[in-house]
Amino acid sequence: MSLDLDQALQTYIAEARELLQDMEDALLRLEVDPNDADTVGAIFRAAHTIKGSAGLFGLDPIVSFTHIVEDVLDRVRDGDVAIEANLIAVLLESGDHMLHLVNVVAAQGGQLDAEAIVRENGLRVRLQAYQDNSEVSHVVQTEKEIPLQSSGGGLVETDNWHISLRFGQNVMRDGMDPLSFLRYLSTLGEIVSITTMFDALPLADEMDAESCYLGFEIDFKSEADKATIAGVFEFAREGSLVHILPPHSKLTEYIELIRSLPESETRLGEILVATGALTQQELESGLSEQQTSARPDGSTTPLGEILVEQRSVEHEVVQAALDKQTQSKDSKSKESRYIRVQADKLDELINMVGELVIAGAGVSLLAQRVSDNSLQEAASVMSGLVEEIRDGALRLRMVPIGETFNRFQRVVRDVGRELGKDIELIITGADTELDKTVVEKIGDPLMHLVRNAMDHGIESASIREAKGKSAKGTLRLNAYHDSGSIVIEIVDDGGGLNRDRILQKARDRGLIAPNVTPPDQEIYNMIFEAGFSTAEAITNLSGRGVGMDVVKRNITALRGTVSLDSAVGQGTTVSIRLPLTLAIIDGFLVGVGKSSYIVPLDMVQECIELTEADRQLTRERSYLNLRGEVLPFVMLREHFEIESTGARRENVVVVTCAGQKAGLVVDELMGEFQTVIKPLGKIFSTLRGISGSTILGSGEVALILDVPSLVQQAVNRESQHVSTKQIPHQLSCS
Amino acid sequence: MGALAKNEIHAAILQQEKGQYLTFLIGGEMFAISILGIKEIIEYGNLTTVPMMPDFIRGVINLRGAVVPVVDMSARFGRAASEVTRRSCIVIIEVEADDEKQDVGVVVDSVSEVLEISAVDIEPAPSFGARIRADFISGMGKVDGQFVIILNADRVLSVDEMAMLSGVNGIEGSSEVLSISSNS
Repeated sequence: MSLDLDQALQTYIAEARELLQDMEDALLRLEVDPNDADTVGAIFRAAHTIKGSAGLFGLDPIVSFTHIVEDVLDRVRDGDVAIEANLIAVLLESGDHMLHLVNVVAAQGGQLDAEAIVRENGLRVRLQAYQDNSEVSHVVQTEKEIPLQSSGGGLVETDNWHISLRFGQNVMRDGMDPLSFLRYLSTLGEIVSITTMFDALPLADEMDAESCYLGFEIDFKSEADKATIAGVFEFAREGSLVHILPPHSKLTEYIELIRSLPESETRLGEILVATGALTQQELESGLSEQQTSARPDGSTTPLGEILVEQRSVEHEVVQAALDKQTQSKDSKSKESRYIRVQADKLDELINMVGELVIAGAGVSLLAQRVSDNSLQEAASVMSGLVEEIRDGALRLRMVPIGETFNRFQRVVRDVGRELGKDIELIITGADTELDKTVVEKIGDPLMHLVRNAMDHGIESASIREAKGKSAKGTLRLNAYHDSGSIVIEIVDDGGGLNRDRILQKARDRGLIAPNVTPPDQEIYNMIFEAGFSTAEAITNLSGRGVGMDVVKRNITALRGTVSLDSAVGQGTTVSIRLPLTLAIIDGFLVGVGKSSYIVPLDMVQECIELTEADRQLTRERSYLNLRGEVLPFVMLREHFEIESTGARRENVVVVTCAGQKAGLVVDELMGEFQTVIKPLGKIFSTLRGISGSTILGSGEVALILDVPSLVQQAVNRESQHVSTKQIPHQLSCS
Repeated sequence: MGALAKNEIHAAILQQEKGQYLTFLIGGEMFAISILGIKEIIEYGNLTTVPMMPDFIRGVINLRGAVVPVVDMSARFGRAASEVTRRSCIVIIEVEADDEKQDVGVVVDSVSEVLEISAVDIEPAPSFGARIRADFISGMGKVDGQFVIILNADRVLSVDEMAMLSGVNGIEGSSEVLSISSNS
């Protein structure tokens, strides 16, 4: 059972995080449009749910803090408190604190550290300013305003609530601990007396340890209203019997309650008398009266019906029920749109689909070989479908980038304040989808680029005005699909990069020779080199020269590229180009001898034939004349020491990596191939020049070339070769 | 006490008595491996050579969608690589390394049979003389008065060791590649 509870807690944590994110988004929307009642409602509901569920798990620190936030939000919803910038700031910080609470208290089961407690106390004081101090008495008054009509039998003497609980058998299986309800209940008032009802408990051999057979009769002293008390049991309502009788209820209601419960009347009566809910007299008169007034057909009127008939159900209760209905409708429509699936199940599916693609390719190949027309047709229909399935399966992993982008609204707002700049974030292309693993890893580099743009890119308001620009800076985040990859742009309308200073610095650091002036584009991209910062002042945001190189490294690790363009006085654009998915790449299949290799297609520039004349020359040198350019090349046959007689014809695949062109000499060009990447095992962990493998339609394994390391290997090999020959010579010279 | 100890020993023997071993030939010599780790035996073929790897790694095969490395046992023992004949087989063995299970294929000249060798018929490995690294041998089984070398699959096919060896073998200055590529 503890496991179930643990799972439920995990769900709670995940939900709370999502709700807090929703809450933050909603608050930011509210900042723009303060009159949006729906948004206020959404924020309130988020806080309410977090508090309610936290109570269920006995997470008191979360309950007590969120309660205050909820109070304030309630007043905002009622229009008692106006929405203004300070309030939103406090609420945003409260949201952060709640997230911290969830992370510390719920996820780690720890206690707040001193710093967090100071922060919480500060927030409590600030929130209190918005709180209505007469609230408690207010609730009690409304309570008393609704007079309960007498309908025979008179009111009972006790001024305690009476709660009858019969938990459903599945309560524990659903991950709820009956005790936590009682614990939460006790935060609302005082439990005067409690009797555990275990009559439903079967004999030991029939008992299922995972079922809950318990019930409770509780006398409860509280000033809370019925809706609040009912709210305690909200999560257990399904399958459980919960009856709540307000203080001074009619005797008939008690009798009705006794009848509706599964235990025998006398036993219940005794308990009620024992706990002081009823006096013996009340009980006796009540029971006899009920018997005489029982319906002719022997059935008794359901409790709820009586309550409605007698107009004794409180207004709040009805309201709560209505709220609940609309809420569950909301969440239902949301649920139908999303299913929470474990990521590894999805990965497994995608793996299987990958196998299917390979198997399908095998079938097509066979069909072609036997040259049976109808079989070929069937195979081609199937491979078409398989391809659709593959795309569909890959799309399952795709998430819109909007969620990641929206997180920056807050960042831009906060950092803008910190820097004293007024900056607007414009998001476009939020619907653009990309692989979830990529989304997870792109957050940090994006954060860095956004902060950088705000800190160094966009000038302060006074400078902007002096330059004739609007005082308000603009930062754009844009995403779009472009030929099998996604492009993310971070555009600012700031001062642009200082080309001369970068050039100067690059020369100082020896990255560019003093007499060479590369094109502007190349100069700008120098800032991705390690330890390169041209910021005059080091702020706590950026400027320490750590970062842009890390950004580049992170993006390269995702098989992406980053480039930068800038115009002085007009702004800077950073473009990140990323593959849509990490599981499948577009490859270019080549053959050397009997082996097949795959070159990632995005690296392939062109393919040329190795002419007979060039072949003759390759004995002495390893470069070609490619339309006037020097193209160094690697003979894959020699490099991989493949034993086979030279092919009749050879081809050169021209690849680029890191702005450098190189040729790979292969025998055969076999065209494009959708490549499902299979990692090579640990045995091959030291292997360079090959990044993975895939399975061809024929069932054979083909290796995927790691072009950058292959080129690097060739460079090393040659430099070693040359230096061993030259060292004695050089020594004699010096 | 005696009875108890005897019982324990007896139980231990009983447990091992049913030890089943797959015997196969490599270079004309018979070896055995406990069948517990053996997943399947497939025909030799469709092997893709991986360049720049030591001799004992023949390449990789596609085993129903999984890419499985294939080891040449003979080369692993430091002998000549085994020749491929019509009877050559690949035995797929599951080995454990760092709590991770990995399938490894082994090329053998031919597969003979599954034998039951009782524990009493297994002698400890000699410290030398088998012309195989002593730690590769888990014991010497007596079958029809002849010795069969029972291999310790986890040692012979130690993924870590093989990875290390291939690193040393195929590196030739690629240690520099490592440092350079991690800088860029």
